[in-house]
Amino acid sequence: MENHSIVIPTREKMFNMGPLLKPTLGNIITWIILAVGLVITIIRFTQGIGSVANLDDNQPWGMWIGFDLLCGVCLAAGGYFTTVACYVMGMKHFHSAARPAVLTAFLGYLFVVVALLYDLGHPLRLPYMFFFPGATSVLFEVGLCVATYLTVLFVEFSVAPCEWLASRFPIVLKWRTFVNKINILLTIFGVTLSTLHQSSLGSLYLICPGKLHPLWYSPFIPMFFFVSSMAAGASMVILEGFFAHKGVHQYMDATHLRESDNVILSFAKAASFILMAYFMLKFIDMLVQNNMQYLMTGYGAWWLLEMFGFVLLPALLYAKGSRDGNVKLCQYASMNAVAGIVFNRFNICMVAFNYQLPSAERYFPSIWEIMISVFVVTMIVTAYRFIVYHMPILYEHPNFKEAHH
Amino acid sequence: MNRRKFLTLLGSAGVASTLAQAAAPTEANAGHVFPYYPDSYGVLHDTTRCVGCRRCEEACNKVNDLPKPDKPFSDLSVCNTKRRTSATNWTVVNKYEMNGKPVYRKLQCFHCQDPACASACFAKCFQKQPDGSVTYDGTQCVGCRYCMIACPFYAPGFEYNLAWDPLVKKCTFCKPRLDRNELPGCVEACPMEALTFGRRTDLIKVAHARINENPGKYLDYVYGEHDAGGTAWMVLAPANKNGAPIPPDNPILAGPEFKQLGLDTHLGNQPMGELTYGALGAVPMIVAFWPVLFGGAYAMTKRREAMQQEVLDKTVREARDDVAFAVDAAVRKIQETEGEGAADRCRQAMAEALKARETAAKHGEDA
Repeated sequence: MENHSIVIPTREKMFNMGPLLKPTLGNIITWIILAVGLVITIIRFTQGIGSVANLDDNQPWGMWIGFDLLCGVCLAAGGYFTTVACYVMGMKHFHSAARPAVLTAFLGYLFVVVALLYDLGHPLRLPYMFFFPGATSVLFEVGLCVATYLTVLFVEFSVAPCEWLASRFPIVLKWRTFVNKINILLTIFGVTLSTLHQSSLGSLYLICPGKLHPLWYSPFIPMFFFVSSMAAGASMVILEGFFAHKGVHQYMDATHLRESDNVILSFAKAASFILMAYFMLKFIDMLVQNNMQYLMTGYGAWWLLEMFGFVLLPALLYAKGSRDGNVKLCQYASMNAVAGIVFNRFNICMVAFNYQLPSAERYFPSIWEIMISVFVVTMIVTAYRFIVYHMPILYEHPNFKEAHH
Repeated sequence: MNRRKFLTLLGSAGVASTLAQAAAPTEANAGHVFPYYPDSYGVLHDTTRCVGCRRCEEACNKVNDLPKPDKPFSDLSVCNTKRRTSATNWTVVNKYEMNGKPVYRKLQCFHCQDPACASACFAKCFQKQPDGSVTYDGTQCVGCRYCMIACPFYAPGFEYNLAWDPLVKKCTFCKPRLDRNELPGCVEACPMEALTFGRRTDLIKVAHARINENPGKYLDYVYGEHDAGGTAWMVLAPANKNGAPIPPDNPILAGPEFKQLGLDTHLGNQPMGELTYGALGAVPMIVAFWPVLFGGAYAMTKRREAMQQEVLDKTVREARDDVAFAVDAAVRKIQETEGEGAADRCRQAMAEALKARETAAKHGEDA
């Protein structure tokens, strides 16, 4: 049978917590990180941001915004990228990649909001932006889009828990049918919202030309963020697939396994083109804005490293990998590309920000800030594992087979 | 459609107002011309008069009930280290080296005409008041600190060490004192008249008069007159006695001089918030156009699939007809030559063979 050894929860046995509770090395490390994270969380919320973070008045946004928000949102772009390819462009052979991509996007966005609560001085007041909307603020647009898109992703993702819970609560099937009916609307709504807030994360920095180094500041920064998010989306689908094969291979059905190589090679090809375009955009922008003069400085070298080592190199590796049908190379390229996205967002948020300040007044994240980011990533991975162990993500539920192939 | 109906439609689409704006630019732009409040107040800081006595810091600390610093305000050595404003120090005086000579400058919120912080705040905490002050209402602050990212002058500070009600703090232009018709604490305390309070429009005249009446004393550039869209607090800097005089109001040439004072003349004449308006303006376009674009792509995909299916169905139908025709012809021939019985057996065998083939094909698709 297709579902060889997959544990499918039944009415009698709804939970499959075994793999999460077994004292393996990975689980023990997970528990330790979660415990440490919990302690830091308590310190953060009882002693203030200053007690754990190196943030100061010059650097109000550091690791938490740079990694958890900017990288988190960008790397969750796989959701819109895959659903548009599969449902809008009709590439049905990506169908098995759509649900995992929607899941990781949903978890990514959910934990972006969770991480944001650490960074906000008044986390409980987050909904105030809807009551006192500052419509001139880019951040308002980001907040509105992220809130709406998180809802869209939740609805898109909700079919999986519905299929899980259907044996116990058949009422949820009504919701599942409804969501399946409006699926294409959700996808198009999702890509619209993604275009808006992916680019707006870049627009956040339009307001401070004096603080961000000219090689990274550009009136086109929203476009750079959007284009790079597409590459990030494709790369993350490949990278997540790589980790999923390592960790939860036994939960993949024959369709998923049969389609996965094709998904990797196709997404690698797409990512190669997008990264090439991104490289050209950035390079032409550098020339147009007369920034050649900065290339010989330290920041210039850093920028060239980003452009050649983390944009052009993965683009070429992707091209070679997809051309030769070399899945391993494509997976390596995806690591390189994802590292490049993180590199770029870190540069904009931290390295090239406040470039004019003397080094003594510059920011470096504290170990506790980094630990919170690690904690958040661990929570995502744990939630992902819980969902994969319980819900039909990597396999099709035998009761809900669809005639799409 | 008659003309009136056409105009009504235009009006409802907002097109008519756009056209009207294009026809009458001065009137249409009136909302965007600075200053918003022509009678608003400002302060002119003449750094040639400032001696770094820190009386303004002391007065600020006192009138705003801020916590007392570790070192007393009489200790002037703190001016030598570069400091910035913070949640507990709303104004600081720093000593800068300008062309080899010490110059003191007071730092505080510049109270921009169209403030970057107000533009950036997504909970509408900041407001430019008619009296010129930029006020902050902490009761609706979410604590995102985007105002601090946006502020080109590094003015706002944040209470990082408070767990329960951390807020952004900055100079208020002594708004409560202005409301009581009193001068801001720092202005009142200045013994050197380095700080001049007045209507902003008057202060600009005063500043240019000082520059013109004292040739060679001042740089011919009033910092804040146009920078970042104009600020209520403005700065006059001493001229470089050894260098050639700088042509008036030239931000590029005045740049290196003001940089020594820690001021950036390259912010441009537009309010900082305007830099984001292009991106924000694209939002409705994307909201309107993306669904059309992707909806169209979806429709094309569906149509193409339908067309492919049609071609496939037609091919299958034709093939089936061909087979049926051939079988029929063959059976008729057999009937003519071999008789009825042979024809029946032949028909049955052929039907069975076709059925077996079809089942095999179906299995192949499934696997």
